[in-house]
Amino acid sequence: MLFRFTGQLSFGQFAVRTLIVVAYAVIFAPVVMIVVTSFFAQEIVSFPPPGLSLKWYANALSKPEFLRGLVTSFQVALLATAIGVPLGTAAALAIVRGEFRGRQALSSFLLAPLAVPGVVAGSGLYMFYVLAEDLLDRDIKATTEGLVAAHTLLAIPWTVRLVVASLQGLDRAAEEAAANLGASPFTVFRRITLPMMRSGIVAAAMFSFIQSFENLDLSMLLVGPGRITLPVAMLNYLEFRIDPTLAAVATVQIMLVGLLMVVTDRFVKLSRVV
Amino acid sequence: MAQLIIEKLTKRFGTSIGVEGLDLSVNEGELVALLGPSGCGKTTTLRMVAGFLPPTSGRVLFDREDVTQLPAYKRATGMVFQSYALFPHMSAADNVGFGLEMRGLNAAERKTKIEEALKLVRLSHLADRLPRQLSGGQQQRVALARALVINPRIFLLDEPLSNLDAKLRAEVRLEIRALQQRLGLTTLMVTHDREEALTMADRLVVMEGGRVRQIGTPQELYDSPVDAFVADFVGRCNILPGRRADERQFRTSGGLLLPVDVIGGERDDANAFALRPERIDIVPGDAGEVRGRVQAITYMGAQTEYVVAFGDETLVAVRPTPDAGEPLAALKPNDSVSLQWDRKVPRLVPQTSS
Ligand SMILES: Nc1ncnc2c1ncn2[C@@H]1O[C@H](COP(=O)(O)OP(=O)(O)OP(=O)(O)O)[C@@H](O)[C@H]1O
Ligand SMILES: [Mg+2]
Repeated sequence: MLFRFTGQLSFGQFAVRTLIVVAYAVIFAPVVMIVVTSFFAQEIVSFPPPGLSLKWYANALSKPEFLRGLVTSFQVALLATAIGVPLGTAAALAIVRGEFRGRQALSSFLLAPLAVPGVVAGSGLYMFYVLAEDLLDRDIKATTEGLVAAHTLLAIPWTVRLVVASLQGLDRAAEEAAANLGASPFTVFRRITLPMMRSGIVAAAMFSFIQSFENLDLSMLLVGPGRITLPVAMLNYLEFRIDPTLAAVATVQIMLVGLLMVVTDRFVKLSRVV
Repeated sequence: MAQLIIEKLTKRFGTSIGVEGLDLSVNEGELVALLGPSGCGKTTTLRMVAGFLPPTSGRVLFDREDVTQLPAYKRATGMVFQSYALFPHMSAADNVGFGLEMRGLNAAERKTKIEEALKLVRLSHLADRLPRQLSGGQQQRVALARALVINPRIFLLDEPLSNLDAKLRAEVRLEIRALQQRLGLTTLMVTHDREEALTMADRLVVMEGGRVRQIGTPQELYDSPVDAFVADFVGRCNILPGRRADERQFRTSGGLLLPVDVIGGERDDANAFALRPERIDIVPGDAGEVRGRVQAITYMGAQTEYVVAFGDETLVAVRPTPDAGEPLAALKPNDSVSLQWDRKVPRLVPQTSS
């Protein structure tokens, strides 16, 4: 519809369309740039490229830190999602359905991590972990557990937000109808409430995963030797070299995230949830 | 099927009244409609019968069994919701089958019953559709089939027709009534549409402000309303405040004398004269007892409405539209007319100022 120029456009319509096109261009230009440069043959990016090549991909593969980072990121994101989404869902149920004082406060509290800059939260967690290590006499920072716990903080607010939205749009009458037909409260939840929340939960899981998978700022201080996530590994590489290897890694990362979104979209129409 | 008895049922929300001291029984196979203006407590009553809302006090009994403390899922009522409340992620057939599944029927038994129920509401061909792929009327019928298939002890309807257009509403009204009678369902229905209530119900309960104003057959309520509120709510009605002048006449506050036979049984606090427009005869000229001037004539198709003024007061009469040549056909605004009616028809009722 956007590009179906039928007849005369008013200036207003024209302006709006131009704005939309510009907005998309601004959003996608860096992504496209990264993908394109990852195939350039030379080390210092310049236009036009002297030739195309896959050597940066080969280079990336030859560096074990990237592959290990990918695996770590994947593990952490998966675990953080698996822990954060159920917790966030339970919290969302309490916020929307519960009848207790301070529901609003609980909601604000759980959404707070979205408002705190990652570096700040990361530093805070770092100091907290140091303190906790002292008290508990065991390693926390630079462990997978510590990293997963931190990333769970990314999953919870996203889940609370999306699941609360899906719960608020949910028709309570359907649950009453189920009870009316003889379903016990637990059966109502399992057979009616949960399926109706499904799209919210699936979307929450996807966003939680992506948030964790691509997170840099929160993780920077919390990783340790052998527990380095992909974004941190990329940052480390950048300290020594600037060449399109990073573009190649980033392209792989983008492809994975894109694939995840496409797969998710097959289960729930993301455009309807978000 | 069971008999439903409601005793002194009360629901307060904080200090505000939802329902106050409701007494009602619905006999086996009977359809009783709760009728009243918005906020009078109809839905609240129905929800207490279904078990979604705990009463503040009072009891609900199904066949003498006290179910007041029983949770909704153990009450075996069949409810049709105003919004239909279909399960959006289940097909029409699965919606209908849900209650059967909860009752532990196996897949084969369910299948037969689902087919029967969908056939009953003439939706067999749409069994596999999801609710959002059905029209409003079709969804309504799935909801109906879903409530009926479990063979409920009490059938509950909360404004089941309010989301349908006028034509479909009239059609489904008859369908529901026919089904209800054929299956002998003990039914409590909520509506604020008086036509719906009058045409469907065996008995009506007119409520206001959480309290019952009158219970009776449609005919009783229409012909012998206990007060001006009921008179006005179940149909159009001329209501003129005043006092009884003597055994044969009523004097309105504007000084008009209206003929009425006092038949006894009027309430002591009766302070208004109630008479339905279609009970009034119009005679051109000024020979009759009640003489006035035509103020307005409104053609309404089969019927015509005449507003007749007596000083500051007016009476509305509705007559079959006259054919050309009949005396009424020549009537024009400002003509003198006389009104007459059977003196036994008007009711003297109390009118509470509200
Ligand atoms: N959960 C509640 N909390 C507080 N007040 C309520 C609640 N539910 C209903 N009420 C009040 O109780 C009264 C009766 O409400 P109810 O829903 O039974 O009205 P109704 O007769 O069904 O009206 P309508 O025709 O508009 O559906 C209303 O004054 C309403 O404001
Ligand atoms: Mg209501």
